[in-house]
Amino acid sequence: MITASHVVKTYTAPDGTPVRALDDVSLNVDRGQIFGVLGQSGAGKSTLIRTLNLLERPDSGTVTINGEELTALSDNELRAARRRIGMVFQHFNLLGSRTARGNVELALEVAGMAAAERRRRSDEILDLVGLGSRAESYPAQLSGGQKQRVGIARALAAKPAVLLSDEATSALDPETTASILDLIKGISTELGLTVLLITHEMDVVKRICDGVALIEDGRILEQGGLVDLVSTPGSRLARQLFPLGPLPEGDADTVLDITFSGGSADRPVISQLARRYDLDVSILGASIEHLGGKQAGRTRLELPGPAAIHRDAIAGLRAQGLLVEVVRGGAE
Amino acid sequence: MIDMNAPQFWPELFEVLWVGLLQTLQMVAGSLFFTIVIGLPLGVLLVTTERGGLLERPFGSRALGSTINKVIDFVVNLGRSVPFIILMIALIPFTRLLIGRFIGTDAAIVPLSVVAIPFFARMVEIALKEVDGGLIEAGQSLGASNWQIIRKVLVPEALSSIVLGTSTTITSIINFSAMAGVVAAGGLGDVAIRYGYQRYSWPHIVAVIIVLFALVMVLQGLASLLSRRLAHRRSGERMSRAIQLAGGPES
Ligand SMILES: Nc1ncnc2c1ncn2[C@@H]1O[C@H](COP(=O)(O)OP(=O)(O)OP(=O)(O)O)[C@@H](O)[C@H]1O
Ligand SMILES: [Mg+2]
Repeated sequence: MITASHVVKTYTAPDGTPVRALDDVSLNVDRGQIFGVLGQSGAGKSTLIRTLNLLERPDSGTVTINGEELTALSDNELRAARRRIGMVFQHFNLLGSRTARGNVELALEVAGMAAAERRRRSDEILDLVGLGSRAESYPAQLSGGQKQRVGIARALAAKPAVLLSDEATSALDPETTASILDLIKGISTELGLTVLLITHEMDVVKRICDGVALIEDGRILEQGGLVDLVSTPGSRLARQLFPLGPLPEGDADTVLDITFSGGSADRPVISQLARRYDLDVSILGASIEHLGGKQAGRTRLELPGPAAIHRDAIAGLRAQGLLVEVVRGGAE
Repeated sequence: MIDMNAPQFWPELFEVLWVGLLQTLQMVAGSLFFTIVIGLPLGVLLVTTERGGLLERPFGSRALGSTINKVIDFVVNLGRSVPFIILMIALIPFTRLLIGRFIGTDAAIVPLSVVAIPFFARMVEIALKEVDGGLIEAGQSLGASNWQIIRKVLVPEALSSIVLGTSTTITSIINFSAMAGVVAAGGLGDVAIRYGYQRYSWPHIVAVIIVLFALVMVLQGLASLLSRRLAHRRSGERMSRAIQLAGGPES
Protein backbone atom coordinates (compact mmCIF):
# COMPACT_ATOMS: atom_id res chain seq x y z
CA MET A 1 0.00 0.00 0.00
CA ILE A 2 2.88 2.32 0.86
CA THR A 3 6.20 1.59 -0.76
CA ALA A 4 9.27 3.76 -0.54
CA SER A 5 12.17 2.57 -2.59
CA HIS A 6 15.79 3.75 -2.22
CA VAL A 7 14.74 7.20 -1.07
CA VAL A 8 17.56 9.68 -0.52
CA LYS A 9 17.15 13.18 0.88
CA THR A 10 20.03 15.49 1.63
CA TYR A 11 19.69 18.87 3.28
CA THR A 12 22.28 21.57 3.43
CA ALA A 13 22.96 22.71 6.95
CA PRO A 14 23.30 26.47 7.52
CA ASP A 15 27.10 26.13 7.55
CA GLY A 16 27.01 24.51 4.10
CA THR A 17 27.73 20.92 5.07
CA PRO A 18 25.34 18.35 3.62
CA VAL A 19 23.09 16.42 6.02
CA ARG A 20 21.93 13.07 4.70
CA ALA A 21 18.54 12.98 6.39
CA LEU A 22 17.42 9.87 4.48
CA ASP A 23 20.04 7.46 3.23
CA ASP A 24 18.69 4.88 0.81
CA VAL A 25 15.47 4.22 2.69
CA SER A 26 13.18 1.45 1.49
CA LEU A 27 9.97 0.68 3.27
CA ASN A 28 6.87 -1.39 2.68
CA VAL A 29 3.52 -1.16 4.44
CA ASP A 30 0.70 -3.55 3.60
CA ARG A 31 -2.94 -2.56 3.13
CA GLY A 32 -4.80 -2.23 6.42
CA GLN A 33 -1.62 -2.35 8.48
CA ILE A 34 -0.71 0.05 11.24
CA PHE A 35 2.98 0.58 10.77
CA GLY A 36 5.23 2.43 13.19
CA VAL A 37 8.50 4.13 12.39
CA LEU A 38 10.54 4.37 15.54
CA GLY A 39 13.63 6.49 15.98
CA GLN A 40 15.33 9.05 18.12
CA SER A 41 15.29 12.78 17.63
CA GLY A 42 17.06 13.75 14.43
CA ALA A 43 16.92 10.21 13.02
CA GLY A 44 15.00 11.41 9.96
CA LYS A 45 11.48 10.36 10.89
CA SER A 46 9.75 13.59 9.93
CA THR A 47 11.77 13.81 6.77
CA LEU A 48 10.68 10.28 5.90
CA ILE A 49 6.98 10.89 6.43
CA ARG A 50 7.14 14.19 4.56
CA THR A 51 8.70 12.53 1.55
CA LEU A 52 5.84 10.01 1.52
CA ASN A 53 3.28 12.65 0.50
CA LEU A 54 5.98 14.69 -1.19
CA LEU A 55 5.78 17.69 1.09
CA GLU A 56 9.51 17.13 0.71
CA ARG A 57 10.62 15.88 -2.68
CA PRO A 58 13.28 13.16 -2.41
CA ASP A 59 16.59 13.69 -4.25
CA SER A 60 16.26 10.19 -5.66
CA GLY A 61 14.17 7.08 -5.18
CA THR A 62 10.47 6.50 -5.63
CA VAL A 63 7.37 6.61 -3.46
CA THR A 64 4.32 4.58 -4.40
CA ILE A 65 1.08 4.88 -2.48
CA ASN A 66 -2.13 3.11 -3.36
CA GLY A 67 -0.62 1.92 -6.62
CA GLU A 68 0.32 5.44 -7.76
CA GLU A 69 3.95 6.40 -8.12
CA LEU A 70 3.79 9.85 -6.52
CA THR A 71 7.31 10.79 -7.51
CA ALA A 72 6.28 10.52 -11.17
CA LEU A 73 3.14 12.69 -10.99
CA SER A 74 2.61 16.24 -12.26
CA ASP A 75 1.73 18.95 -9.72
CA ASN A 76 -1.97 18.63 -10.46
CA GLU A 77 -1.98 14.86 -10.23
CA LEU A 78 0.01 15.06 -7.02
CA ARG A 79 -2.61 17.33 -5.44
CA ALA A 80 -5.33 14.85 -6.39
CA ALA A 81 -3.26 12.00 -4.95
CA ARG A 82 -2.72 13.91 -1.68
CA ARG A 83 -6.49 14.07 -1.20
CA ARG A 84 -6.33 10.30 -0.81
CA ILE A 85 -3.58 10.55 1.81
CA GLY A 86 -4.53 12.05 5.16
CA MET A 87 -1.91 13.54 7.46
CA VAL A 88 -1.96 14.45 11.14
CA PHE A 89 0.66 16.62 12.79
CA GLN A 90 2.39 16.81 16.14
CA HIS A 91 1.21 20.37 16.72
CA PHE A 92 -2.21 19.77 15.14
CA ASN A 93 -1.82 22.61 12.61
CA LEU A 94 -5.45 23.63 12.84
CA LEU A 95 -6.63 26.93 11.40
CA GLY A 96 -7.36 29.23 14.33
CA SER A 97 -9.75 31.24 12.19
CA ARG A 98 -12.06 28.28 11.63
CA THR A 99 -14.20 26.19 13.94
CA ALA A 100 -13.68 22.47 14.33
CA ARG A 101 -16.23 22.00 11.58
CA GLY A 102 -14.57 24.67 9.43
CA ASN A 103 -11.26 22.88 9.72
CA VAL A 104 -12.81 19.60 8.64
CA GLU A 105 -14.64 21.31 5.81
CA LEU A 106 -11.38 22.76 4.51
CA ALA A 107 -10.44 19.27 3.35
CA LEU A 108 -13.79 18.98 1.57
CA GLU A 109 -13.67 22.46 0.03
CA VAL A 110 -10.30 21.64 -1.41
CA ALA A 111 -11.83 18.52 -2.90
CA GLY A 112 -14.60 20.66 -4.45
CA MET A 113 -17.52 19.25 -2.47
CA ALA A 114 -20.82 21.20 -2.37
CA ALA A 115 -21.79 23.02 0.85
CA ALA A 116 -24.70 20.81 1.91
CA GLU A 117 -22.70 17.67 1.33
CA ARG A 118 -19.75 19.15 3.26
CA ARG A 119 -21.95 19.81 6.24
CA ARG A 120 -23.30 16.28 6.24
CA ARG A 121 -19.85 14.75 5.93
CA SER A 122 -18.28 16.99 8.59
CA ASP A 123 -21.02 16.03 11.04
CA GLU A 124 -20.44 12.38 10.29
CA ILE A 125 -16.67 12.50 10.72
CA LEU A 126 -16.75 14.71 13.84
CA ASP A 127 -19.13 12.16 15.38
CA LEU A 128 -16.72 9.40 14.47
CA VAL A 129 -13.88 11.08 16.39
CA GLY A 130 -16.21 11.83 19.31
CA LEU A 131 -16.42 15.60 18.82
CA GLY A 132 -19.94 15.90 17.47
CA SER A 133 -20.90 18.32 20.23
CA ARG A 134 -17.90 20.62 19.75
CA ALA A 135 -18.32 21.24 16.02
CA GLU A 136 -18.75 25.00 16.48
CA SER A 137 -15.80 25.45 18.86
CA TYR A 138 -12.64 27.20 17.74
CA PRO A 139 -9.30 25.43 18.28
CA ALA A 140 -8.42 27.91 21.05
CA GLN A 141 -11.41 26.58 22.98
CA LEU A 142 -10.37 22.92 22.70
CA SER A 143 -7.95 20.79 24.72
CA GLY A 144 -4.90 19.20 23.09
CA GLY A 145 -6.62 15.83 22.74
CA GLN A 146 -9.69 17.45 21.24
CA LYS A 147 -7.54 19.42 18.82
CA GLN A 148 -5.88 16.24 17.65
CA ARG A 149 -9.28 14.66 17.18
CA VAL A 150 -10.15 17.55 14.90
CA GLY A 151 -6.82 16.99 13.13
CA ILE A 152 -7.70 13.35 12.60
CA ALA A 153 -11.21 14.24 11.44
CA ARG A 154 -9.77 16.71 8.94
CA ALA A 155 -7.28 14.15 7.68
CA LEU A 156 -9.98 11.54 7.21
CA ALA A 157 -12.78 13.78 5.93
CA ALA A 158 -12.09 13.19 2.25
CA LYS A 159 -12.02 9.40 2.84
CA PRO A 160 -8.35 8.73 2.17
CA ALA A 161 -7.00 5.19 1.99
CA VAL A 162 -3.85 6.09 3.90
CA LEU A 163 -3.22 8.06 7.08
CA LEU A 164 0.21 9.48 7.88
CA SER A 165 0.85 10.59 11.43
CA ASP A 166 3.94 12.50 12.54
CA GLU A 167 4.21 12.26 16.33
CA ALA A 168 0.47 12.81 16.63
CA THR A 169 0.53 12.12 20.35
CA SER A 170 3.84 13.46 21.59
CA ALA A 171 2.32 16.80 22.62
CA LEU A 172 -0.31 14.98 24.71
CA ASP A 173 -0.36 13.50 28.20
CA PRO A 174 -0.28 9.69 28.59
CA GLU A 175 -4.01 9.20 29.05
CA THR A 176 -4.93 11.38 26.11
CA THR A 177 -2.23 9.64 24.09
CA ALA A 178 -3.84 6.29 24.84
CA SER A 179 -7.27 7.54 23.80
CA ILE A 180 -5.97 9.02 20.55
CA LEU A 181 -4.07 5.82 19.73
CA ASP A 182 -7.16 3.74 20.41
CA LEU A 183 -9.14 6.07 18.17
CA ILE A 184 -6.64 5.60 15.34
CA LYS A 185 -6.68 1.86 15.83
CA GLY A 186 -10.48 1.73 15.89
CA ILE A 187 -10.83 3.85 12.78
CA SER A 188 -8.19 1.87 10.97
CA THR A 189 -10.07 -1.35 11.64
CA GLU A 190 -13.46 0.15 10.86
CA LEU A 191 -12.45 1.85 7.63
CA GLY A 192 -9.73 -0.53 6.49
CA LEU A 193 -7.31 2.37 6.65
CA THR A 194 -3.57 1.90 6.23
CA VAL A 195 -1.69 3.91 8.84
CA LEU A 196 1.95 4.91 8.97
CA LEU A 197 2.88 6.60 12.18
CA ILE A 198 6.06 8.16 13.39
CA THR A 199 7.04 8.02 16.99
CA HIS A 200 9.97 8.01 19.36
CA GLU A 201 8.10 5.99 21.95
CA MET A 202 8.10 2.21 22.04
CA ASP A 203 4.84 2.32 24.00
CA VAL A 204 3.05 3.75 20.98
CA VAL A 205 4.34 0.92 18.81
CA LYS A 206 3.38 -1.70 21.38
CA ARG A 207 -0.10 -0.34 21.77
CA ILE A 208 -1.28 -0.28 18.18
CA CYS A 209 1.29 -1.30 15.58
CA ASP A 210 1.37 -4.47 13.48
CA GLY A 211 4.61 -3.60 11.79
CA VAL A 212 7.55 -1.44 12.72
CA ALA A 213 10.75 -0.01 11.31
CA LEU A 214 13.68 1.27 13.29
CA ILE A 215 15.38 4.32 11.82
CA GLU A 216 18.71 5.78 12.85
CA ASP A 217 20.82 8.44 11.14
CA GLY A 218 18.59 8.33 8.08
CA ARG A 219 18.86 4.57 7.64
CA ILE A 220 16.31 1.86 8.30
CA LEU A 221 18.03 -0.68 10.54
CA GLU A 222 15.23 -3.20 10.85
CA GLN A 223 11.70 -3.54 9.65
CA GLY A 224 8.95 -6.10 9.57
CA GLY A 225 5.98 -7.44 11.48
CA LEU A 226 6.25 -6.79 15.17
CA VAL A 227 5.89 -10.44 16.14
CA ASP A 228 8.45 -11.52 13.52
CA LEU A 229 11.03 -8.99 14.60
CA VAL A 230 10.69 -10.08 18.18
CA SER A 231 11.77 -13.59 17.28
CA THR A 232 14.67 -12.43 15.10
CA PRO A 233 18.06 -13.09 16.71
CA GLY A 234 19.94 -9.94 17.63
CA SER A 235 17.01 -7.65 16.90
CA ARG A 236 17.48 -4.24 18.45
CA LEU A 237 13.74 -3.70 18.39
CA ALA A 238 13.26 -6.86 20.44
CA ARG A 239 15.83 -5.62 22.92
CA GLN A 240 14.05 -2.26 23.19
CA LEU A 241 10.68 -3.91 23.40
CA PHE A 242 11.72 -6.30 26.16
CA PRO A 243 14.36 -4.57 28.24
CA LEU A 244 16.19 -7.04 30.51
CA GLY A 245 18.51 -4.69 32.33
CA PRO A 246 22.29 -4.93 32.68
CA LEU A 247 24.29 -8.18 32.90
CA PRO A 248 25.31 -9.34 36.37
CA GLU A 249 28.95 -9.08 37.52
CA GLY A 250 31.33 -12.04 37.18
CA ASP A 251 31.70 -14.62 34.42
CA ALA A 252 31.35 -17.99 36.14
CA ASP A 253 27.90 -18.92 34.97
CA THR A 254 26.09 -19.15 31.67
CA VAL A 255 23.56 -16.44 30.88
CA LEU A 256 20.86 -16.98 28.23
CA ASP A 257 18.21 -14.70 26.75
CA ILE A 258 15.18 -16.68 25.68
CA THR A 259 12.52 -15.15 23.47
CA PHE A 260 9.02 -16.54 23.66
CA SER A 261 6.41 -15.79 21.09
CA GLY A 262 3.15 -17.33 20.00
CA GLY A 263 2.51 -20.78 21.54
CA SER A 264 5.80 -21.16 23.35
CA ALA A 265 4.89 -18.36 25.74
CA ASP A 266 2.29 -20.60 27.38
CA ARG A 267 4.56 -23.61 28.01
CA PRO A 268 6.29 -24.11 31.37
CA VAL A 269 9.74 -23.90 29.79
CA ILE A 270 11.73 -22.93 32.84
CA SER A 271 10.42 -25.57 35.20
CA GLN A 272 10.96 -28.22 32.51
CA LEU A 273 14.53 -27.01 32.13
CA ALA A 274 15.16 -27.19 35.86
CA ARG A 275 13.67 -30.67 36.15
CA ARG A 276 15.14 -32.31 33.08
CA TYR A 277 18.74 -31.09 33.51
CA ASP A 278 18.61 -30.72 37.26
CA LEU A 279 19.73 -27.11 37.13
CA ASP A 280 19.13 -24.33 39.69
CA VAL A 281 17.93 -21.83 37.11
CA SER A 282 17.77 -18.20 38.26
CA ILE A 283 15.66 -15.65 36.43
CA LEU A 284 17.62 -12.40 36.04
CA GLY A 285 14.99 -10.49 34.17
CA ALA A 286 11.77 -10.92 32.25
CA SER A 287 9.51 -8.83 30.11
CA ILE A 288 6.21 -9.89 28.59
CA GLU A 289 3.92 -8.00 26.23
CA HIS A 290 0.80 -8.60 24.22
CA LEU A 291 1.60 -8.12 20.55
CA GLY A 292 -1.11 -8.46 17.95
CA GLY A 293 -3.26 -10.39 20.40
CA LYS A 294 -0.50 -12.90 21.22
CA GLN A 295 1.77 -13.04 24.19
CA ALA A 296 5.46 -12.56 23.62
CA GLY A 297 8.38 -11.92 25.87
CA ARG A 298 11.96 -12.42 26.79
CA THR A 299 13.56 -13.92 29.85
CA ARG A 300 17.17 -13.77 30.95
CA LEU A 301 18.27 -16.91 32.76
CA GLU A 302 21.42 -17.77 34.66
CA LEU A 303 22.53 -21.41 34.70
CA PRO A 304 25.08 -22.52 37.31
CA GLY A 305 27.35 -25.57 37.14
CA PRO A 306 29.32 -27.36 34.41
CA ALA A 307 29.21 -26.04 30.83
CA ALA A 308 28.62 -29.48 29.27
CA ILE A 309 25.13 -29.68 30.71
CA HIS A 310 24.42 -26.16 29.53
CA ARG A 311 25.17 -27.15 25.96
CA ASP A 312 22.58 -29.91 26.15
CA ALA A 313 20.08 -27.62 27.81
CA ILE A 314 20.49 -24.96 25.10
CA ALA A 315 20.06 -27.53 22.37
CA GLY A 316 16.96 -28.82 24.13
CA LEU A 317 15.44 -25.34 24.32
CA ARG A 318 16.17 -24.68 20.66
CA ALA A 319 14.59 -27.99 19.75
CA GLN A 320 11.38 -26.68 21.27
CA GLY A 321 11.42 -23.79 18.79
CA LEU A 322 12.58 -21.17 21.25
CA LEU A 323 14.94 -18.41 20.26
CA VAL A 324 17.94 -18.70 22.55
CA GLU A 325 20.74 -16.16 22.62
CA VAL A 326 23.79 -16.98 24.67
CA VAL A 327 24.84 -13.79 26.36
CA ARG A 328 27.75 -15.26 28.29
CA GLY A 329 29.59 -18.60 28.66
CA GLY A 330 27.68 -21.75 27.72
CA ALA A 331 28.13 -22.99 24.22
CA GLU A 332 31.86 -22.54 23.73
CA MET B 1 -8.99 88.64 10.95
CA ILE B 2 -12.04 86.80 12.16
CA ASP B 3 -14.64 87.81 14.69
CA MET B 4 -15.67 85.02 17.04
CA ASN B 5 -18.60 87.07 18.29
CA ALA B 6 -20.14 87.53 14.87
CA PRO B 7 -23.49 85.75 14.74
CA GLN B 8 -22.37 83.74 11.71
CA PHE B 9 -19.07 82.51 13.20
CA TRP B 10 -20.11 79.22 14.80
CA PRO B 11 -22.63 78.09 12.17
CA GLU B 12 -19.99 78.81 9.53
CA LEU B 13 -17.35 76.91 11.47
CA PHE B 14 -19.55 73.84 11.70
CA GLU B 15 -20.41 74.12 8.02
CA VAL B 16 -16.74 74.33 7.05
CA LEU B 17 -15.81 71.45 9.38
CA TRP B 18 -18.59 69.27 7.99
CA VAL B 19 -17.53 69.84 4.40
CA GLY B 20 -13.89 69.22 5.33
CA LEU B 21 -14.76 66.01 7.16
CA LEU B 22 -16.72 64.70 4.18
CA GLN B 23 -13.82 65.50 1.86
CA THR B 24 -11.36 63.76 4.17
CA LEU B 25 -13.61 60.71 4.40
CA GLN B 26 -13.99 60.67 0.63
CA MET B 27 -10.23 60.75 0.15
CA VAL B 28 -9.69 58.07 2.79
CA ALA B 29 -12.39 55.77 1.43
CA GLY B 30 -11.27 56.15 -2.17
CA SER B 31 -7.58 55.61 -1.54
CA LEU B 32 -8.22 52.83 0.97
CA PHE B 33 -10.14 50.95 -1.69
CA PHE B 34 -7.22 51.06 -4.14
CA THR B 35 -4.73 50.46 -1.36
CA ILE B 36 -6.37 47.19 -0.39
CA VAL B 37 -7.09 46.04 -3.93
CA ILE B 38 -3.47 46.58 -4.97
CA GLY B 39 -1.57 46.38 -1.67
CA LEU B 40 -2.97 43.04 -0.51
CA PRO B 41 -1.83 41.10 -3.58
CA LEU B 42 1.54 42.86 -3.42
CA GLY B 43 1.95 41.82 0.21
CA VAL B 44 0.97 38.26 -0.66
CA LEU B 45 3.47 38.23 -3.52
CA LEU B 46 6.21 39.65 -1.28
CA VAL B 47 5.82 36.76 1.15
CA THR B 48 5.12 33.92 -1.24
CA THR B 49 7.92 34.64 -3.71
CA GLU B 50 10.51 34.57 -0.96
CA ARG B 51 12.86 31.60 -0.76
CA GLY B 52 10.87 28.68 0.59
CA GLY B 53 7.56 30.45 -0.10
CA LEU B 54 4.55 29.02 -1.87
CA LEU B 55 5.33 30.79 -5.15
CA GLU B 56 9.06 30.38 -4.81
CA ARG B 57 9.12 29.11 -8.39
CA PRO B 58 6.30 30.60 -10.45
CA PHE B 59 6.05 28.62 -13.69
CA GLY B 60 8.90 26.47 -12.43
CA SER B 61 11.41 29.30 -12.37
CA ARG B 62 13.14 30.40 -9.18
CA ALA B 63 14.75 33.25 -11.11
CA LEU B 64 11.29 34.65 -11.90
CA GLY B 65 10.20 34.27 -8.27
CA SER B 66 13.21 36.06 -6.90
CA THR B 67 12.95 38.79 -9.56
CA ILE B 68 9.31 39.45 -8.70
CA ASN B 69 10.26 39.55 -5.03
CA LYS B 70 13.12 41.99 -5.55
CA VAL B 71 11.15 44.29 -7.84
CA ILE B 72 8.21 44.55 -5.43
CA ASP B 73 10.55 45.02 -2.50
CA PHE B 74 12.34 47.82 -4.34
CA VAL B 75 9.13 49.57 -5.38
CA VAL B 76 7.76 49.33 -1.86
CA ASN B 77 10.92 50.82 -0.38
CA LEU B 78 10.95 53.57 -2.98
CA GLY B 79 7.31 54.43 -2.32
CA ARG B 80 7.95 54.62 1.39
CA SER B 81 11.07 56.76 1.22
CA VAL B 82 9.81 59.73 -0.86
CA PRO B 83 8.18 62.44 1.29
CA PHE B 84 4.49 62.73 0.50
CA ILE B 85 4.48 66.38 -0.47
CA ILE B 86 7.14 65.70 -3.11
CA LEU B 87 5.45 62.53 -4.25
CA MET B 88 2.20 64.39 -4.71
CA ILE B 89 3.79 67.00 -6.95
CA ALA B 90 5.82 64.43 -8.85
CA LEU B 91 2.67 62.44 -9.52
CA ILE B 92 0.77 65.33 -11.11
CA PRO B 93 1.39 64.18 -14.70
CA PHE B 94 0.47 60.62 -13.75
CA THR B 95 -2.73 61.73 -12.05
CA ARG B 96 -3.70 63.83 -15.07
CA LEU B 97 -3.06 60.88 -17.35
CA LEU B 98 -5.17 58.63 -15.17
CA ILE B 99 -8.26 60.75 -14.52
CA GLY B 100 -7.83 63.83 -16.67
CA ARG B 101 -7.23 66.30 -13.78
CA PHE B 102 -4.78 66.74 -10.98
CA ILE B 103 -6.81 69.13 -8.84
CA GLY B 104 -9.65 68.27 -6.48
CA THR B 105 -10.67 65.69 -3.94
CA ASP B 106 -10.90 62.84 -6.46
CA ALA B 107 -7.51 63.67 -7.90
CA ALA B 108 -5.90 63.52 -4.44
CA ILE B 109 -6.93 59.89 -4.20
CA VAL B 110 -4.22 59.00 -6.71
CA PRO B 111 -1.17 60.20 -4.72
CA LEU B 112 -2.75 59.07 -1.46
CA SER B 113 -3.14 55.55 -2.87
CA VAL B 114 0.38 55.59 -4.23
CA VAL B 115 1.80 56.40 -0.81
CA ALA B 116 -0.49 54.04 1.09
CA ILE B 117 -0.07 50.96 -1.12
CA PRO B 118 3.58 50.25 -0.22
CA PHE B 119 2.86 50.93 3.43
CA PHE B 120 -0.08 48.54 3.43
CA ALA B 121 1.84 45.93 1.45
CA ARG B 122 4.46 45.87 4.23
CA MET B 123 1.73 45.53 6.84
CA VAL B 124 0.29 42.58 4.93
CA GLU B 125 3.76 41.09 4.59
CA ILE B 126 4.34 41.28 8.35
CA ALA B 127 0.93 39.77 9.05
CA LEU B 128 1.37 36.89 6.60
CA LYS B 129 4.82 36.06 7.92
CA GLU B 130 3.30 35.40 11.31
CA VAL B 131 1.19 32.57 9.93
CA ASP B 132 2.63 29.24 11.07
CA GLY B 133 4.24 27.35 8.20
CA GLY B 134 2.62 24.19 9.56
CA LEU B 135 -0.76 25.51 8.45
CA ILE B 136 0.48 25.85 4.89
CA GLU B 137 1.74 22.27 5.05
CA ALA B 138 -1.60 21.14 6.40
CA GLY B 139 -3.23 22.76 3.38
CA GLN B 140 -0.77 21.09 1.05
CA SER B 141 -1.30 17.72 2.68
CA LEU B 142 -5.01 18.11 1.94
CA GLY B 143 -4.19 18.59 -1.73
CA ALA B 144 -4.91 22.33 -1.83
CA SER B 145 -3.54 24.39 -4.73
CA ASN B 146 -1.37 27.41 -4.03
CA TRP B 147 -4.28 29.69 -4.78
CA GLN B 148 -6.52 27.75 -2.38
CA ILE B 149 -3.86 27.98 0.30
CA ILE B 150 -3.53 31.75 -0.14
CA ARG B 151 -7.29 32.26 -0.13
CA LYS B 152 -8.36 29.73 2.49
CA VAL B 153 -5.35 29.50 4.80
CA LEU B 154 -2.82 32.29 4.52
CA VAL B 155 -5.04 35.38 4.29
CA PRO B 156 -7.82 34.21 6.65
CA GLU B 157 -5.26 33.24 9.28
CA ALA B 158 -3.56 36.63 8.99
CA LEU B 159 -6.81 38.58 8.75
CA SER B 160 -6.91 39.72 12.35
CA SER B 161 -3.42 41.22 11.99
CA ILE B 162 -4.25 42.62 8.57
CA VAL B 163 -7.22 44.46 10.10
CA LEU B 164 -4.88 46.13 12.59
CA GLY B 165 -2.53 46.99 9.75
CA THR B 166 -5.44 48.45 7.83
CA SER B 167 -6.35 50.75 10.67
CA THR B 168 -2.74 51.94 10.92
CA THR B 169 -2.82 52.51 7.18
CA ILE B 170 -6.03 54.53 7.40
CA THR B 171 -4.51 56.66 10.13
CA SER B 172 -1.59 57.49 7.90
CA ILE B 173 -3.86 58.22 4.94
CA ILE B 174 -5.73 60.70 7.15
CA ASN B 175 -2.36 62.11 8.08
CA PHE B 176 -1.27 62.58 4.47
CA SER B 177 -4.65 63.89 3.37
CA ALA B 178 -3.99 66.98 5.49
CA MET B 179 -1.43 68.01 2.87
CA ALA B 180 -3.81 67.42 0.00
CA GLY B 181 -4.93 71.03 0.19
CA VAL B 182 -1.95 71.69 -2.04
CA VAL B 183 -3.87 70.18 -4.93
CA ALA B 184 -7.12 71.85 -3.83
CA ALA B 185 -8.54 68.63 -2.50
CA GLY B 186 -9.99 70.24 0.62
CA GLY B 187 -10.38 68.14 3.73
CA LEU B 188 -9.85 68.85 7.42
CA GLY B 189 -6.18 69.65 7.02
CA ASP B 190 -7.08 72.31 4.50
CA VAL B 191 -9.57 73.81 6.96
CA ALA B 192 -6.84 74.09 9.56
CA ILE B 193 -4.48 75.75 7.09
CA ARG B 194 -6.95 78.17 5.53
CA TYR B 195 -8.74 79.28 8.70
CA GLY B 196 -6.28 78.54 11.43
CA TYR B 197 -2.96 79.38 9.81
CA GLN B 198 -3.93 82.00 7.29
CA ARG B 199 -6.68 83.72 9.33
CA TYR B 200 -5.46 83.03 12.87
CA SER B 201 -8.65 81.27 13.99
CA TRP B 202 -7.85 79.12 17.01
CA PRO B 203 -11.36 77.70 17.22
CA HIS B 204 -10.89 76.20 13.76
CA ILE B 205 -7.59 74.58 14.65
CA VAL B 206 -8.88 73.18 17.91
CA ALA B 207 -12.05 71.90 16.21
CA VAL B 208 -10.04 70.17 13.48
CA ILE B 209 -7.79 68.54 16.06
CA ILE B 210 -10.78 67.31 18.05
CA VAL B 211 -12.50 65.88 14.98
CA LEU B 212 -9.35 64.17 13.68
CA PHE B 213 -8.58 62.77 17.12
CA ALA B 214 -12.12 61.42 17.49
CA LEU B 215 -11.97 59.95 14.00
CA VAL B 216 -8.74 58.08 14.68
CA MET B 217 -9.89 56.89 18.10
CA VAL B 218 -13.15 55.51 16.74
CA LEU B 219 -11.30 53.87 13.90
CA GLN B 220 -8.67 52.21 16.09
CA GLY B 221 -11.34 51.06 18.52
CA LEU B 222 -13.41 49.46 15.80
CA ALA B 223 -10.34 47.86 14.26
CA SER B 224 -9.11 46.27 17.45
CA LEU B 225 -12.61 45.05 18.25
CA LEU B 226 -12.92 43.46 14.82
CA SER B 227 -9.39 42.09 14.99
CA ARG B 228 -10.05 40.47 18.32
CA ARG B 229 -13.22 38.85 17.06
CA LEU B 230 -11.39 37.49 14.04
CA ALA B 231 -8.56 36.06 16.11
CA HIS B 232 -10.77 33.63 18.08
CA ARG B 233 -8.13 33.50 20.77
CA ARG B 234 -8.64 32.97 24.42
CA SER B 235 -8.79 36.29 26.24
CA GLY B 236 -5.41 37.50 27.40
CA GLU B 237 -3.41 36.19 24.47
CA ARG B 238 -1.36 38.86 22.78
CA MET B 239 -2.25 40.28 19.42
CA SER B 240 0.25 40.77 16.70
CA ARG B 241 2.90 42.96 18.32
CA ALA B 242 4.82 43.51 15.14
CA ILE B 243 1.82 45.27 13.63
CA GLN B 244 1.18 47.36 16.71
CA LEU B 245 4.77 48.52 16.84
CA ALA B 246 5.12 49.17 13.15
CA GLY B 247 3.87 52.77 13.36
CA GLY B 248 3.31 55.11 10.44
CA PRO B 249 5.54 56.03 7.49
CA GLU B 250 7.58 59.23 7.31
CA SER B 251 5.63 62.36 6.43
N1 LIG C 1 14.84 21.85 6.29
C1 LIG C 1 15.98 21.31 6.76
N2 LIG C 1 17.18 21.89 6.50
C2 LIG C 1 18.32 21.35 6.96
N3 LIG C 1 18.39 20.24 7.69
C3 LIG C 1 17.26 19.61 8.00
C4 LIG C 1 15.99 20.11 7.56
N4 LIG C 1 15.01 19.29 8.01
C5 LIG C 1 15.64 18.32 8.70
N5 LIG C 1 16.98 18.50 8.70
C6 LIG C 1 17.98 17.62 9.33
O1 LIG C 1 17.70 16.30 8.92
C7 LIG C 1 17.83 15.41 10.02
C8 LIG C 1 16.55 14.64 10.23
O2 LIG C 1 15.55 15.53 10.69
P1 LIG C 1 14.07 15.07 11.03
O3 LIG C 1 13.27 16.29 11.31
O4 LIG C 1 13.57 14.18 9.95
O5 LIG C 1 14.28 14.23 12.36
P2 LIG C 1 13.20 13.53 13.28
O6 LIG C 1 13.54 12.10 13.35
O7 LIG C 1 11.83 13.88 12.84
O8 LIG C 1 13.49 14.20 14.69
P3 LIG C 1 12.47 14.63 15.84
O9 LIG C 1 12.10 13.40 16.59
O10 LIG C 1 13.29 15.56 16.68
O11 LIG C 1 11.31 15.30 15.19
C9 LIG C 1 18.27 16.25 11.20
O12 LIG C 1 19.67 16.16 11.30
C10 LIG C 1 17.86 17.63 10.83
O13 LIG C 1 18.71 18.57 11.41
MG1 LIG D 1 10.17 15.01 13.69
